[in-house]
Amino acid sequence: MNWEVVIGLETHVQLTTASKIFSGSSTAFGAAPNTQASVVDLAMPGALPVMNKGAAERAVKFGLAIGANINRRSIFARKNYFYPDLPKGYQISQFETPIVQGGGLTITLDDGSTKFIELTRAHLEEDAGKSVHEQFDHESGVDLNRAGTPLLEIVTEPVMRSGKEAIAYAKALHNLVRYLDICDGNMQEGSFRCDVNVSVRPMGQKEFGTRREIKNLNSFKFMQQAIDYEVRWQIEQIEDGKKIVQATVLFNPDTGETRAMRTKEDAMDYRYFPDPDLPPLVIDDAMFDRIKASMPELPESKCARYMNEFKLSEYDARLLSQDRATSEFFETAVNAKADPKLVANWMLGELSASLNREEKTIEQSPIRPSQLAKLVIRVADGTLNNKKAKELLDHLWTAPPIAATFNMTLPAPTFGLAATVAPRQTEETDIDDVIEAKGLKQISDVGAIEKIVDEVLAKSSAQIADYKSGKEKALMSIVGMVMKASAGKANPAQVNELVKKKLS
Amino acid sequence: MSWNTFATVAETKKALDAKQVSAVELAKHYLSRVSSINPALNAFITIDPEKTLSEALAQDNRRAKGEAAPLLGVPIAHKDIYLIDGWRTTCGSKMLENFVAPYSSTVVKNMADAGMVTLGKLNMDEFAMGSSNETSYFGTVKNPWDLSRVPGGSSGGSAASVAAGLTPASTGTDTGGSIRQPAMFCNLTGLKPTYGVCSRYGIIAFASSLDQAGPFAQTAEDCALLLSAMAGFDPHDATSLDRPKEDYSRDLSKPLKGLRIGLPKEFFGDGVAPGIAKAVDEALDVYRKLGATTVEVSLPNVKYSVPAYYVVAPAEASSNLSRFDGARFGHRAKDYTDIVDMYKRSRAEGFGAEVKRRILIGTYVLSHGYYDAYYLQAGKLRRLIAEDFKKAYEVCDVVMGPTAPEGAFQFGAKSDDPVKMYLNDIFTICANLTGQPAMSHPCGVDKDTGQFVGMHIIGNYLDEARMLNVAHQYQLATEWHKKHPAL
Repeated sequence: MNWEVVIGLETHVQLTTASKIFSGSSTAFGAAPNTQASVVDLAMPGALPVMNKGAAERAVKFGLAIGANINRRSIFARKNYFYPDLPKGYQISQFETPIVQGGGLTITLDDGSTKFIELTRAHLEEDAGKSVHEQFDHESGVDLNRAGTPLLEIVTEPVMRSGKEAIAYAKALHNLVRYLDICDGNMQEGSFRCDVNVSVRPMGQKEFGTRREIKNLNSFKFMQQAIDYEVRWQIEQIEDGKKIVQATVLFNPDTGETRAMRTKEDAMDYRYFPDPDLPPLVIDDAMFDRIKASMPELPESKCARYMNEFKLSEYDARLLSQDRATSEFFETAVNAKADPKLVANWMLGELSASLNREEKTIEQSPIRPSQLAKLVIRVADGTLNNKKAKELLDHLWTAPPIAATFNMTLPAPTFGLAATVAPRQTEETDIDDVIEAKGLKQISDVGAIEKIVDEVLAKSSAQIADYKSGKEKALMSIVGMVMKASAGKANPAQVNELVKKKLS
Repeated sequence: MSWNTFATVAETKKALDAKQVSAVELAKHYLSRVSSINPALNAFITIDPEKTLSEALAQDNRRAKGEAAPLLGVPIAHKDIYLIDGWRTTCGSKMLENFVAPYSSTVVKNMADAGMVTLGKLNMDEFAMGSSNETSYFGTVKNPWDLSRVPGGSSGGSAASVAAGLTPASTGTDTGGSIRQPAMFCNLTGLKPTYGVCSRYGIIAFASSLDQAGPFAQTAEDCALLLSAMAGFDPHDATSLDRPKEDYSRDLSKPLKGLRIGLPKEFFGDGVAPGIAKAVDEALDVYRKLGATTVEVSLPNVKYSVPAYYVVAPAEASSNLSRFDGARFGHRAKDYTDIVDMYKRSRAEGFGAEVKRRILIGTYVLSHGYYDAYYLQAGKLRRLIAEDFKKAYEVCDVVMGPTAPEGAFQFGAKSDDPVKMYLNDIFTICANLTGQPAMSHPCGVDKDTGQFVGMHIIGNYLDEARMLNVAHQYQLATEWHKKHPAL
């Protein structure tokens, strides 16, 4: 039988506020246990939550980015259950009226096709603390530093039909929340973690199969492995005549298997009700308009603009617009008066290859956008040929870094390191100085080139004969010799033209 | 030093400001009175003379430095539901028998800023659940007027301590009548302000949407002074009203001519003891003589107050009390096998019967499939009751009636029948459901039982200053509030 996979995702996105969602404690990761827990986070008697508006702003930003409905009046609810890392005995979340409803995200699959993933909702809630079992004998520790960290839980409709689609969605979402600067996207630290609901059904069947929810996946690799295993397991169960029992499961990266944590029978009754300590969260017009005005240009419209304004191919435009750092690099270079198409070629060609080779992100690039811009300008104006430009790029790559940052054209950079750089020469001087010092300048003087061509031709009778007998390759060989004789500096187009002319 | 232990807050303030007495002297006087009288009453759970005297000295030093504060040096005792940094705070429960508060509630801080000196922590029904102070883990509080009778609840210690002259004033909290009913039982003036006027931060939550802090004193004038110190916007409480500070004494001396008193027929029905109805009628005559007019109004939905309350309050309480799990503070059972067993045993041992009953009710009404039928319906009733009052205020300025349908009762008279006990709050609960301010002032004696009667005044939102004016004018014309028990 053919089986269809049905997947929906619930993603917990940790928002980038400096303090917690309902208290003034810091949200910084990695502090000593319980040092970032106030009386509110410890759920001391009498302590009360107060909403951090910064978390609401980030949720609205997300809602606007995915074309969702923003509930101007959303309600916090209590989700009641007992657990040591949940100090109040309830989690403050949103239930019936979340801040964001609907909207969606377009994903691009490997074959270039796209699919719109509809979202059900996104709601604000607080994170729980952490239980620590390893360090204690017969006891467990509780660290409440994470308790109260603001989360946006983003829920999709069950619209994905393969693990690949689920991964593509998770990556697109991961990218978007960083683009919006509402989440640092750090999956190791748990800033972005996914629960994946998986079910299978016979192809063509309308009703959904029974789902199992894989909890807390914090890497795309594990997500892929977990889904693959879960799908295989569910199909095997059904084909063996067994029924799938609705359950929450955990993925074990060591074994590559999923294991049921609890089934629906022991599912908890959370006794949701509106939290009487928190008035409805109201997004007034002033706040809404301010957030709307602060929205960055999003990948989709950026991509369209690159195609339209810079005449880039859709493929290139998409690559350059997909993440914020890349697009900022590109636009900074273009704003420095470099030809957009050439910048695109160099970024997606040589620069990208170098970054990949050294496993660096664009943020870590030793070449700054202004430098690339100048390099491209010097190629365009004939000062450099491609070969020498590549040499220059290699030189800049290995030269001691001039600066750890570059100028941003957009607000709120995701990677804007503090500009604490020692005084230095301007970039233009740097590039031109390097060209001068390294003798990279292209020879475009016809007389000078002709002289070299004549010298080479005088020693190349065999090749000339080959060329004249119709072997086109011989011409390339002669041109290559000329380039070599010029130490690579001759203008290749001029050389080509001149050699052809002399042999005709 | 000889000090009239029944001096009002206003008189005490005057004496302090005139330097006829110091804060330290007053603290010593009341501490000594507490040690001699309290054993018979059990109004205090905790006293800490060292802390009290150092607070008193600090307030005297403020005065010496020329600092002014509205109640500089006036003693106050707090219901043991208010957290005070460094003080044991029990909430009347075994669960918190040894809990020492790590921070102070906003109301306590505000009162300390106003110059008040903490005398101690007052007994109360466990987690403020009760109407007779019979549910306290620390024992019942006796009514100073008749030691065989209850002082009312849940703020029983707050009422008994002021009535017995152990403190000039006290704080209470009122979730369904827990200030007003004990005020009536002990012949005091007590006020529950509009929801949001006093911060709830640092007050152990019973039912968050109903709880409100308020003062107990002998007079309305005192309550105005106390409320002015307690109230104010608090950024730590999201339900606190963001509005400027108010002087609640500003209208005290206004004459009552033209005041329109609404008398809901629902407050004068069969359920009210005849002696109470008579006392209230006589008090209304006094009001008419002072220039007020009375008009009958109807609050048709107010009859749903008790059932609505006994859904909302337990529901919120069941969730609010979840934090008492033995994990981080409070009682933890000695022998347990795993975490769930620890929760079960710690809570079974730490909570008393009434608290458990309400947690069970609350858990039930919030359960899947029941929420719509109970909590949601109760929410609708709250709105309907508020609508009733809104309509009533079109023809009157304040609403009056008896504070409770019967006066102070004997210990054990109702403790076996929760419903009977709950019905004692039948008139007070509606103001918590709507969030309106309400108060009780002494207005006579039920001649059949000899027990005190309280006049219940319910005002429109934020109308505390007017209500205090009304009660103050009544007290200028009457002597009921000047009676003191012989102890």
